[in-house]
Amino acid sequence: MSIPQYIFGIDIVPIIPYAAILCVIGFILLIVPGLIWIERVVIALMQDRLGPNRVGPRGLLQTIADGIKLFFKEDVEPDAVDKRIYYLAPVMTMIPALAAGAAIPFASITVAMGNGTVKSLPVIVGSVNIGLLFILGLSSLQVYGIVLGGWSSNNKYSLLGGLRSSAQMISYELAMSLAILTGVLMSGSLNLVEVVNSQAGGIWNWNMFSVKFWVVPGFLAAWIYLIAMVAETNRAPFDLPEAESELIAGFHTEYSSMKFAMFFMGEYASMLVVSGVATSLWLGGWNPPFPVVPFTLVPSAVWFLVKLMSIILVYVWLRASLPRLRYDALMNLGWKRMLPIALMLLFVVATIDTYTHPVLDAETQLGAAKQSGETLAARDTALAGGEARR
Amino acid sequence: MTGSVLLFWILASISVGSAILVVANRNPVRSALALVANFFVLALFYMTLSAQFIAAAQVIVYAGAIMVLFLFVIMLLNLGAPNAMNEKFGIQAPVAILLAVAFIGAIAGSGALVHGLVHTSATAETLANGGTVETIGRSLFDGHQPWLFPFEVTSILLLVGIVGSIVLAKRRI
Repeated sequence: MSIPQYIFGIDIVPIIPYAAILCVIGFILLIVPGLIWIERVVIALMQDRLGPNRVGPRGLLQTIADGIKLFFKEDVEPDAVDKRIYYLAPVMTMIPALAAGAAIPFASITVAMGNGTVKSLPVIVGSVNIGLLFILGLSSLQVYGIVLGGWSSNNKYSLLGGLRSSAQMISYELAMSLAILTGVLMSGSLNLVEVVNSQAGGIWNWNMFSVKFWVVPGFLAAWIYLIAMVAETNRAPFDLPEAESELIAGFHTEYSSMKFAMFFMGEYASMLVVSGVATSLWLGGWNPPFPVVPFTLVPSAVWFLVKLMSIILVYVWLRASLPRLRYDALMNLGWKRMLPIALMLLFVVATIDTYTHPVLDAETQLGAAKQSGETLAARDTALAGGEARR
Repeated sequence: MTGSVLLFWILASISVGSAILVVANRNPVRSALALVANFFVLALFYMTLSAQFIAAAQVIVYAGAIMVLFLFVIMLLNLGAPNAMNEKFGIQAPVAILLAVAFIGAIAGSGALVHGLVHTSATAETLANGGTVETIGRSLFDGHQPWLFPFEVTSILLLVGIVGSIVLAKRRI
């Protein structure tokens, strides 16, 4: 199951990142109507309603009809808005979400290289060694779209929504970062490609379920990440910034037609990105759950998609079953429960990590590689050897 | 003109432009937004210098966390009257221009405008890998290098800052 390196005489290896750009942007933009349809149908099933069933089979074309309607709606611009920021805000929710998709590896392809060797290459836009930090930075920029949208609308409900979202996102970002750090310590890298590679070889190696030193530290950390990620994306039960019963629609009250659709798309894009991070960090990314034949025959991208979509279903499930949190309960949960637990988990994992493989080990190997006058490649193999022994 | 030089000039013009907007805007929220843009471009500068960790930290800490708190405070300061938020320029502007001229004069006096930047003796390998998280971590916590003690002292300083702000914010401890 390997692809030749040259297809019609074109070397495919340098093309992979560009193809990945197309895949990421195309997937995020085109799957959103599908996600909205899934959400409406699943919530209808859970609440024992019919759901969309008029346009197309099982209402499949309903979201497309809604999208066309949004395109042709009048673009209302309230009088008292701060115009530049008002138009900038929806863009600022959309761009970081799309950009963060660049650091998520979503497949691995096996290429038969021209020189006879077989290499498995990750499909990712940019395999940078600060991958997770990059995603964290962009997700921290995403709050601006919501805050500025709320402020520039010059509407007290919008402003309250914006303020709520900034406080909420800053609070939950801490617990989320600590949970991510726990996962990073377990995998030993910030690069999501290496994080996924370190979880190869079956479900018992995935960070969420892997047993380290007789405990399963990843399980709790993964749940903390999942809760924080729902709060980061302002989804129910943490959708206080747009609580319709108190704030009408919160930060996007004054937005109409495609500007509103852009906020909506931004929300779904960031849902996809944080779910993609969860998949790569906790659920083994593109790795199949069991390293035996029927599972390994399925392409890696399909495994990634299956896991991604299961997390999206958890989102829908939460929205259908949980009422919205009160604001003080939200803050208590973030600061007094999740943050201390995440901090303790980080401490536990760091302690286990220190005792099971001392730092000195990799250091001496690094020194040896340098002394023998070898180049970077030798150092990389020494480090990879250190990783493999974990 | 190579690609990196072109990138430098594009980033430099955005960075200087946004920095001017920070002080030239009369609306505090727009100033804060321009400052966010400036911080972000600064992070891109770090990225072009292959200091990836510093770039990520710059975005997460400054552009992400601190500026959101800034905006939070500015938005809470004066609700309902957007015109009252506009700042009036007084003696500040002439003094600032004077200081800026003095600063540029000082830089010109040092010869940086004529001779350009001094080339360092860094090797290609250091340039490519000097800024990664791994390199920074290893040199920071290496017992043979003098950075561990200052690092710990800085962390204690930050802890004192956190405790101090809580003490100030709480009415009753």
